[in-house]
Amino acid sequence: MRKIEYREAIREAVIEEMDRDGKVFLIGEDIGVYGGAFRAYKGLLDRYGPDRIVNTPISEVAIIGAGIGAALTGYRPIAEIMFIDFTTLAMDQIVNQAAKIRYMTGDSINVPLVIRTQGGAGRGIAAQHSQSLEAWFYHVPGLKVVMPATSYDVKGLLKTAIRDNNPVIFIEHKMIYLNKGQVPEEEYTIPFGKADIKREGKDVTIFAYSNMVFKSLEAAGELQKDGISCEVIDPRTLVPLDLEAVVSSVKRTGRLVIVSEACERGSVASDVSARVTEEAFDFLDAPIKIVAGLNTPIPYNSTLEQACIPHKENIVKAVKELLK
Amino acid sequence: MAKLTKKTKIEMLKKLIEIRRFEERTIQLYQNAKIWGYLHPYIGQEAVAVGACMAIERQDYIISTHRGHGHCIAKGADLRRMMAELLGKATGYCKGRGGSMHIADTELRMLGANGIVGGGIPISVGAGFGCKMEGKGNVTICFFGDGAANNGVFHESVNMSAIFKLPVIYICENNMYAISMCSTDSIACKDVGKRSCAYDIPGYIIDGSNPIEVYKTVTKAVKHARDGKGPSLIEAKTYRFFGHHPNDPATYRKKEEVEYYRKEKDPVANFKNKLLEEKIINEKEVKEIESEVAKKIEDAVTFAEESPEPELEKFLEEVKQI
Repeated sequence: MRKIEYREAIREAVIEEMDRDGKVFLIGEDIGVYGGAFRAYKGLLDRYGPDRIVNTPISEVAIIGAGIGAALTGYRPIAEIMFIDFTTLAMDQIVNQAAKIRYMTGDSINVPLVIRTQGGAGRGIAAQHSQSLEAWFYHVPGLKVVMPATSYDVKGLLKTAIRDNNPVIFIEHKMIYLNKGQVPEEEYTIPFGKADIKREGKDVTIFAYSNMVFKSLEAAGELQKDGISCEVIDPRTLVPLDLEAVVSSVKRTGRLVIVSEACERGSVASDVSARVTEEAFDFLDAPIKIVAGLNTPIPYNSTLEQACIPHKENIVKAVKELLK
Repeated sequence: MAKLTKKTKIEMLKKLIEIRRFEERTIQLYQNAKIWGYLHPYIGQEAVAVGACMAIERQDYIISTHRGHGHCIAKGADLRRMMAELLGKATGYCKGRGGSMHIADTELRMLGANGIVGGGIPISVGAGFGCKMEGKGNVTICFFGDGAANNGVFHESVNMSAIFKLPVIYICENNMYAISMCSTDSIACKDVGKRSCAYDIPGYIIDGSNPIEVYKTVTKAVKHARDGKGPSLIEAKTYRFFGHHPNDPATYRKKEEVEYYRKEKDPVANFKNKLLEEKIINEKEVKEIESEVAKKIEDAVTFAEESPEPELEKFLEEVKQI
């Protein structure tokens, strides 16, 4: 099967959906000639013109508001917030408006809006451009949260997000845009709420999403050399969450490590830990371990930055501790 | 857009009276604890919603505020479903989930009241894009208050609408108070309408107690928008006769000021007298309108009171999907 970059998979998904449905359009900063901060929209302005590739000023509130309003009038916008850190500027529109409109109106009005954004550390761009803020959106009823790791997943899930009638926060990771992964030529979509077992194993379950899937797979490879078999489960969507897949894996392995780049306090990782404990306490042979980012802003200096987020070594160590 | 015929003027008066009596009734219901939570009466500002909504067509959109009953009624909302929502009933616009601040109806192209001051302004940008992309010449009216005009979203949104020449009519209802903050103390340039020059769009400062003036100004702005020339900003000077909500004694306002507006700037009384003077309508016809409106409102109240409460089990089932 052919292999394409993560950002190319995004581009393909957008093109396929824009060709399929004339109501889909893009709105965001530097998405015109520039092609998006990570070049996922390269060439789209030429292909669709400025009416469907709406290049905006730096106005995050108006970008999300424009997405909501257009969604209310029958369109299917993909609004881009260049860094997840900048969603802070648009939180009223995301949390009080987009997430609430369908509910508040007694399910009579849909908001088919995709908010594409990216997060994560690793580029030396410090505390305001490196955060992992998925827990905020995970916490708010009315938002779906998608965090794909691979080219295959990002394409299939973005297509599903565009077709969904509700607001979807689609969070990519800045360090994986150039990763290549297998993507079939033929069309496909991936349903929300269906985890993917990225590697099968029997001794320990590793729950990881976004860039942490790759770190976990590296760790699982290394642990295999010591005869430890790890199962790596990628939920792919945090809301809805395929808890059943995690629980069923834990019932087989009896051990769970949860890996998250986001800082641990109030995280998705700690919530998943609590929920698995409730569902599968009797099957656990050891306490659940969380390997997460430090509870600190992300520093600029590379050594410091790397020390704040999980790596293969941290995951290997956690798995070995569980098996002691 | 309705032409300004005698018939239109009578329609205007009917709507003004309908909003006034509806709001008076909701205050009563609030005082009798039939309506709870927050209630923000539109009394005193009726001419803005009525004048503006008569200048647009059914397929045009409006976006409202926390003080939104007047906009809903002016756009043609069903009083029964409105009243049922205010009483928290299953038959209400939002099945009892929204209450006063969240009434919306896409059929009616009323994109929602809003509990967040300024929350609807960014949404107008998208509604504007929707109208523009659809290419049918539809427009969006975005109502907001003097309080919202000081929120940062105003700048982002009006600027973006101006850049893309979106067919949006921004109507600032300056009722002089954001809860207790007087607009003369909160708006640096005194008139919100003057800000239009910052966006190079038409700006108007008008008497919001006069439905004809509102209607004529909005008609100009609507034409500008339908012609593809982009947004306009209209500041309608108005006044809320009551406090922020029925339990607010509004001690931050001078008694003389309130008396002046109630006596001199009552949009309903003034317009009624004007039509009487111009012999467009007579006292008997006014009485007929009043009795027709009263009947309609009592019907809505009866409907709401007799409607069932939302079923908890059904609600819990519905929200599982969220």
